[in-house]
Amino acid sequence: MFEPIKVSMESLNLITLAPMLLAIAGGLVILVLDLINSKLHKSLYVMLTILILIVDFGATVGLNVNERGFFDVMLIDGISIISQLLIIVASILFTPLALTSKRFHEYSYPEFFALFLFMVAGFQFMVASDNLILIFVGLETSSLSLYTLIALHNRANSYEAAVKYFTMGALSAGFFAMGSAVVYALTGSIELYQVAQVLAARLGEHGLMLAILGSSVLLMAAFAFKLSLFPFHTWAPDVYEGASAPLAGYMSIVPKIAAFVVTIRIFGMYLDLGIEWVRDIIIILSVLTMTLANVMALVQEDVKRMLAYSSISHAGFIMAAIAFDTTEGTASIFLYYALFMFTNLGAFTMLWISRHKVRRFNARFDHPYEKFSGLIKIMPMGAVIMALFMLSLAGVPPFSVFWGKIYVMQAAVNAGYVWLAIVMGLNSAIAAYYYLKLVVYMFLKDPVKDVDTVYYNLSKPLMAVIGLATVATVGAIFYVQPLLSYLYYMISASGY
Amino acid sequence: MDNILSVLVFFPAIAALLGFVVNKESARVYGITVAAIEFLLSLWLWFSFDTANAGMQFVEMIPLIPDFGVNYYLGVDGISLFIIIMTTLMTLIGMVSMSIEKDVKNMIITLLFLEMTMVGVFVALDAIIFYLFWELSLVPMLYIIGAWGGPLRVYASIKFFLYTFMGSLVMLVGMLFVAYIYHSLTGVWSFAITDWYLLVLPVNYQLWLFAAFFLGFAIKVPMFPFHTWLPYAHGQAPTIGSVILAAVLLKMGTYGFVRFSLPMFPDASVMMITPIAVISIVMVVYTAMVAYAQKDMKQVIAYSSVSHMGIIMIGIFAMNGEGIGGSVFQMLSHGIVSGALFMLVGVIYDRRHTKLMSEFGGLASVMPKYALIFGVMLMASVGLPLTIGFVGEFLVLLGFYQFSPVMTILAGLSIIVGAVYMLSLFKKSFFGPVTKEENKKLTDLTPKETWSLVPLVAIVIWLGVYPKPILDPINKSVNAMLVFMDQKAVTQEAKDIIKVPHAATKTGEVK
Repeated sequence: MFEPIKVSMESLNLITLAPMLLAIAGGLVILVLDLINSKLHKSLYVMLTILILIVDFGATVGLNVNERGFFDVMLIDGISIISQLLIIVASILFTPLALTSKRFHEYSYPEFFALFLFMVAGFQFMVASDNLILIFVGLETSSLSLYTLIALHNRANSYEAAVKYFTMGALSAGFFAMGSAVVYALTGSIELYQVAQVLAARLGEHGLMLAILGSSVLLMAAFAFKLSLFPFHTWAPDVYEGASAPLAGYMSIVPKIAAFVVTIRIFGMYLDLGIEWVRDIIIILSVLTMTLANVMALVQEDVKRMLAYSSISHAGFIMAAIAFDTTEGTASIFLYYALFMFTNLGAFTMLWISRHKVRRFNARFDHPYEKFSGLIKIMPMGAVIMALFMLSLAGVPPFSVFWGKIYVMQAAVNAGYVWLAIVMGLNSAIAAYYYLKLVVYMFLKDPVKDVDTVYYNLSKPLMAVIGLATVATVGAIFYVQPLLSYLYYMISASGY
Repeated sequence: MDNILSVLVFFPAIAALLGFVVNKESARVYGITVAAIEFLLSLWLWFSFDTANAGMQFVEMIPLIPDFGVNYYLGVDGISLFIIIMTTLMTLIGMVSMSIEKDVKNMIITLLFLEMTMVGVFVALDAIIFYLFWELSLVPMLYIIGAWGGPLRVYASIKFFLYTFMGSLVMLVGMLFVAYIYHSLTGVWSFAITDWYLLVLPVNYQLWLFAAFFLGFAIKVPMFPFHTWLPYAHGQAPTIGSVILAAVLLKMGTYGFVRFSLPMFPDASVMMITPIAVISIVMVVYTAMVAYAQKDMKQVIAYSSVSHMGIIMIGIFAMNGEGIGGSVFQMLSHGIVSGALFMLVGVIYDRRHTKLMSEFGGLASVMPKYALIFGVMLMASVGLPLTIGFVGEFLVLLGFYQFSPVMTILAGLSIIVGAVYMLSLFKKSFFGPVTKEENKKLTDLTPKETWSLVPLVAIVIWLGVYPKPILDPINKSVNAMLVFMDQKAVTQEAKDIIKVPHAATKTGEVK
């Protein structure tokens, strides 16, 4: 017989679990409500989800920096707090997109919202731990929920997208598990801080580098799938195209923030150990991703696919910041995503409002460029706002993404990578072409007469979301400073 | 009013936002009124400007992103003052003479936004704010060319945008690098140009940074061989677009050289004199010859405009008071003259819907007033004495003569070639018998057109005869900059070549 384990409640520090538990409990509440009365309207669930997420936000803000909890598997450092906050804010912003004027199939199921909250909890677990197993659990919880959410959108290509994403995700989960196994075999631990200690002590050993290479290749492949880095990006355009616009926009932000945090934790550790080739791998991946994704975005005929490639390219752009291994570099990742979030929210919402309930624009694409031609004549305000988002994505000042871009480039210059900053600049110039293409269609071409491009899906909540995204995109210059100093403080507090 | 610069920058922008509410039929009057108020404000700026002070005036500084060193930092000196006034004047006159019927309201709003960005570029003293307005100015111009232009308008507008955007992103990396150096030397982040002036950089850094800034500015000027976007842009743009493009947007590039490249990288600038002078002379002579071969009046003016930008570039790199002061003056003169010439081509295009010279002939007898004004502007363009064009060109050549007489003579050839193609344009279109039937019934200038052109004629003659009130403040600031460059230069060659003015500045009295 084993001795019963005595654990005092104080040492568990359960408060570190509170944010995720709140989200999970919220999801369960929604399921219970459905059990009691199955005729409730989706607006109730949307508002409940938002409220739960707000409470979640409050619980996360209140956490103390640099604490561990729950048998030391939870790690609440600055990065985990700011990434949780970003994840929650993005989730709050994307939830009201369910309140369309047309009735879409998936939102009539309360399970959608429960799954959504479970997914958020999964992402939060992923970023709030340095235990490889808990990271894996978080990753899988969130991914499986996300696959299901995509499939709930009742269209043939949504199933295709979900299955594709699921297959690729399963592959990446396999890579992650194998990579973690190698790490465990090397060090006898799955806690990254212990892994770092063991590796630091054994770094001189013969043959160790080869094992580290094996584990990092496997782990890098796993996260390259999640971050859609070249050459593991091929699923992204199809999945974005198949998923509904809100989920596609969501996918371009939240899973990537979570995956970036884990990447920072794992590869930041390798960089701190002085393993220089990790830096080279990251930079090569980053340059290839941003350049090739840009080139492929040039030839897309569908705006949603273009935005998919564009977010691949943006992810590549930010990936480079991990290699700098400076506080600025890490701060730039979060600053970029915080600013990118509003612009992408706006851009995908604009696609969402142009979505017909059943009809597709043409046989192949739902959002081809032609759909938006002459938008300035049909819906002048919409065209101007969409153009603002496109210019922001292209990095035209003073819109939000510009400040992220310039900060990443400054971090590159400071870290001694002037050539990388130039590559980033030239890539932004290439990218400007495909963003401008949409602006040109909207402003300089005449509407396609034979297909009506009336705006089906616009409702007051969606207008509010677009308005918020516009204000945040245009007025970025006024909140970059507080945002930056908060991020910088939190990141330097956690020692990155 | 100490914050007059902020008012100047944001008044048109606020007016543009409010303009969305104004009724379509009244939009034009609204736009002209706003532009007139803006022009008066800029005149007010001139009158309250202290001409005895060579430094920055009306300085405003509000920290925007202190952790990153970005400030809202504006100021004006003798170099930028008159470019600002020229900007507001040309916007006003361009708007008065505008003949566009389609979507006038959109055009007015776009022009007002454009005016904000143009004034912003010339008053910004923070590199990021400068870059912000610089990039933002592309968007309204893209729309103007793309929405109101000729058949190839979309191609022309995208080419214009991408060319400039690419160049300026390289410039942005240069800016970030300067900020990085500033931070590593002082421990403070700053993008303020006046802070950057204090940096003394080693020569190899200067050369790389000069190259980065050069790409951004040279594309905008546009210098040979980066000029290929300009003929397209001019060829496709509506009249108002060409007027603003030639008068103001191109000046941003040359202004950038004066504001950034020279004072920040004096040694690199001196080392680059010969290459840049060669490129500029090639640009002057080559584009002048291309201009001669054109059949389209507007293309002649467009290429002549590139050719004259070459003269401005030569003057900037003369590294003495005459050259740089003359260049700044030539920027004003080029703005007014080429703006007026594009308006004049627009006048005839509105009547005949063609710009081909072969379609015209004998216009002088049909449209005497038009021919007269065209003649005056043409003379100013080729640099006839007693017109505004002469003063700048003469000073530039005088300045550059001190550096290299041979190259000066080569550049001086441009005046002759310029006279050849301009006079041949004038001859083909205005003299001889009226060959085409359609041309016999052309109406002369309408009052609207006359009243928008006559002020420009008056300025051309006034500043041609008596440029002192403008040249003096320009020279004061230019000389202060030269003294400063001389102190800052690290190599002896640079110190030798940069001509520090003597105590009394006589250059203002050349005329």
